[in-house]
Amino acid sequence: MIIKDDLKYSNEHEWVKVTGNKAYIGITDYAQNALGDIVFVELPEVGTEISAGDAFGVVESVKAASDIYSPVSGTITKVNEELIDSPEIINEDPYGAWIIEIELTDPSELDELMDDKEYEDFCLKEG
Amino acid sequence: MKKTPLYEKHIELGGKIVEFAGWALPVQYKSIIEEHEKVRNSAGVFDVSHMGEILIDGTGAEEFLQHLITNDISTLKEGRVRYSPVCYPDGGTVDDVIVYKLSNQKYLVVVNAANTEKDYQWMLDNATADVSITNVSDNYALLAIQGPKAIEILKELTTYPLENMKPFSFADKVDVSGIEVLISRTGYTGEDGFEIYIAPEKSATLWDKLLQTGKEGTIIPAGLGARDTLRLEAALPLYGHELSKDITPIEAGLSRFVKFDKKDFIGKKVLLAQADSPNKRILVGFEMIDRGIPRNDYEVFSEDKKIGFVTSGGFSPTLKKNIGMALINSEYANMGNEIDIIIRNKACKAKIIKLPFYSRK
Repeated sequence: MIIKDDLKYSNEHEWVKVTGNKAYIGITDYAQNALGDIVFVELPEVGTEISAGDAFGVVESVKAASDIYSPVSGTITKVNEELIDSPEIINEDPYGAWIIEIELTDPSELDELMDDKEYEDFCLKEG
Repeated sequence: MKKTPLYEKHIELGGKIVEFAGWALPVQYKSIIEEHEKVRNSAGVFDVSHMGEILIDGTGAEEFLQHLITNDISTLKEGRVRYSPVCYPDGGTVDDVIVYKLSNQKYLVVVNAANTEKDYQWMLDNATADVSITNVSDNYALLAIQGPKAIEILKELTTYPLENMKPFSFADKVDVSGIEVLISRTGYTGEDGFEIYIAPEKSATLWDKLLQTGKEGTIIPAGLGARDTLRLEAALPLYGHELSKDITPIEAGLSRFVKFDKKDFIGKKVLLAQADSPNKRILVGFEMIDRGIPRNDYEVFSEDKKIGFVTSGGFSPTLKKNIGMALINSEYANMGNEIDIIIRNKACKAKIIKLPFYSRK
């Protein structure tokens, strides 16, 4: 399992990469592995405002559909349209295949998220 | 959860274990899509030891089964296999089963894992005096070797002339890799293939042997996930989805397995009336036009009217399309008709197409 040291992690297995007042959000290697082959991604609309904990999209594997939750609050500024035709890039490169970019309204929420060490322990406990 | 005799093998191979009908089974090893494609193009082996087996023995065996099931086994020869629904008096489905004719007075009925106890009880409830009914599920492990190369893999392990076996035939006491097994040319994937009934304690040896046969990667282990996508493409019904106590075989499009010209059988009256009725629910196949994956139980609409529900659906690895089966009012069931599948409260367009979605050349 790959965990990167420059990202923040949620307990719903999303990662957050912060650049200035914006952040990219995707799902972790652990999450893509648990889901299996991803065959569909439902993306939100650019401009949508979301709060931390809201579901903003859906990833579907061969077996099931799963909500994706935003670990932070803000306004969606970009969505990764490559995922429409190539959802499998989440399996191939989970940390490269970002899903949305969001403009943060409350950067202090980032402090609530896990760092790489904490997330690794968290995954081990999940089994 | 119950474990099959191959449980340790699944763990060794990195199988992702899930609960299915009370059993701990691998949903996949590496990838459902990879396993699916391997079965379509080469070969895969599935552990289906969870399936139930019930032995029907006695002078009244044929008569008992003729009354119990909807298909006709009076024409079934020894060494042959027949598929049949089993119904309640109201036409609802108890299970769908495979009947192996071992001899004139002896049949092996293979049932869905989740239904084994229920079916066994149903058989006892309907038993006649001259028949003995035994749940022999624990006597067998079951391996399904499926795919166009299944035959060449198995031919390396046996001298039995497999190429002469017709689909839906079987042979008992066949030596495969030094182990005595019952082998049938049957399966649940839409491909050529075989199923092997074997003593549980010997099954791991055969499993290993199968995976070592042929060139590297000719045959791989495949899990429940691929089993489901393969059977969906082939439009093979799955109990609890296309068939249930609330869905009759007539509605599920299985009329060819309901033989009204044989003597009385359980459910006959209701099924006959339904077969003759123009207004009923009927199972259709569809492919998505809009983006979205149809799943079991999603509602189906035509304009503002609810016309049915999805019984099975998903991404088809072979066709690279999102497909499904749905039980809908027959008046909307014409080929090419557009229907709406409600996916997360949104109506997504789909088109009714012919079943099966896939059939091998």
